[in-house]
Order: sequence, then C-alpha cells, then structure tokens
Amino acid sequence: MQISARHLDKITIFDVTGDIDLSTSPELRKALLRELRELHMPRVVLNLKAVRYIDSSGVASLVEGLKASRDVGARFILFGLNTTVREVLQLSRLLKIFETYESEEQAVAP
Amino acid sequence: MGLLYHQIPENGVPRKRVVEIGASIVVSRESMLLKLELRSNPEMLCVVRASLGQLTEKLGFPEAECRAVVLAVDEALTNIIRHAYGGQTERPIELSCRRIQVRQGGAHREALEILVEDRGLKVDGAKLCGRSLEEVKPGGLGLHFIRESMDTVEFRRKIGKNQLRMLKFLHVTEPRKDS
Repeated sequence: MQISARHLDKITIFDVTGDIDLSTSPELRKALLRELRELHMPRVVLNLKAVRYIDSSGVASLVEGLKASRDVGARFILFGLNTTVREVLQLSRLLKIFETYESEEQAVAP
Repeated sequence: MGLLYHQIPENGVPRKRVVEIGASIVVSRESMLLKLELRSNPEMLCVVRASLGQLTEKLGFPEAECRAVVLAVDEALTNIIRHAYGGQTERPIELSCRRIQVRQGGAHREALEILVEDRGLKVDGAKLCGRSLEEVKPGGLGLHFIRESMDTVEFRRKIGKNQLRMLKFLHVTEPRKDS
C-alpha cells in the first residue's frame, strides 16, 4: 500500500494505492488519526480508486477514522469506491455509516 | 456427529476418503491443488492472496466468488496471526486446498476445500460467534467475513493444532476462457 497526502484549502486528500491488510492498515490508521486528532483538519478525504484489496483490518482503520472525525467535529469522506472495496464494506454492513461520493469533485465540494 | 479426517499422502496422489457431516454420509474424491507452508508474517498475506486468486480463477469460480474465497483465507490467516500467535511473525501456518466431490442428498457437488492449520493458542469455540454488526466499532469483522464468504466453515482442535476447514461449492465446472 502507498498513501500520499494532498492539501486543498482546509481539506486533506489521501490517495491510497494497493492493498490494505494487516500489514499495511496501521499506516493508514496512523495517517488518518494524525490528520484528524493532531492537525485538526476539518475535512479528511480518502481516495480509494486505486485500492486493489481491503480486509477487516482496513475496514477497522476506516471506522477509527470516522470515529475520530466525529470526536473532533470533522468530516471524513470516502470516494472512488471500486467493486472490491464496496463489496467488503457492504459485507461489513458499515457502508451506510460513511459519507461516500463517486468523484473527488463531489467529495471536496463546499 | 463429528467430522472424520483421513491423512492425505505426502505425494499428493488423489485418494478416496470418507467424511461424515451431520446425519449424512458423504463420500469424496479429492485431489490436492495447493499446499503452502508459511510463517505468521503479515507481509506474506499478499502472496497467499495472489495464489488463491489464481487458483480460484483456474477452478472456474465467478469473479465475485474468487474475491470471496481470497477474503475468507486472508481473514483466517489474519485471525491466526493476531489471536492464535499474538502477533508473533515466525510461527508456522499450513494451508492446503483440495478439489473434492461431495454427495449431498443424492447429488454430487464439486467443491474447493481449504484447510488452515496453526499451532497457536487453542481457539475457544464459544468465542467464535463474532460480534453484533449493529455496533459501529473497529475490529471483530474477520469471522463474519469468513462465514459470509464460504459455504461451510468448521473449527476444531486436533493434536495441538487449530484447524479451520472451509468449503466453497463450485457452480461452474469449466475454467473461464480468459484465464
């Protein structure tokens, strides 16, 4: 997995590439929590277009990001969910708790 | 009723075995497809996923079912690494995949049987119920994913090993043309 951050005004956009599993999800979790809890970004957006695989540890990291965003009053947004990611989130029955969009344009819209 | 296992010969030559499930006797013809011996290192998960992805594709599973089997195996290994081995990265895990024929109610069905074994802490069967999905919290989803992804899931403890046996029935017998 590779994760890189971009900033657009007060929005952080993470572009995630590759597999999110037990070996890589701690890095994702750390990046999300840093942005939300330490840097207090009001909106954190995750681009999942290039994610090939996500498992339960990856879903757990997303849930932690969501919880952290709620704690600090920020927005946590996912976009670009491909079939693989969508299937796993649906299987977890957690898809509905996330704010999701098809495109980056929608995700960063005011 | 229990489940009877017969040792597979090391040479991998297909042989007959008898498996007893519930109240019905099932006679299976089986052949070893893949056997992996790996360490409990999370970095190896991607290697196993790639292998299982190709195997399920070769067997002719539809794409969504290939992904489901890969997810189930990945989650099984993740559970072993995290819980049975407490995060230790050099402990042994064995994974074997066989194509078996199962007779159910007079009909023969082809299935992929996946057996995952570890020598870690004994799995408490009472704790294998997963958690309520109504709770929004991280963790505890792995077992749910395994059960949702596979047709049969059985846990047992045998001679110091935890064994997880999973079955996925084949609905398509011919491999996909693009594979």
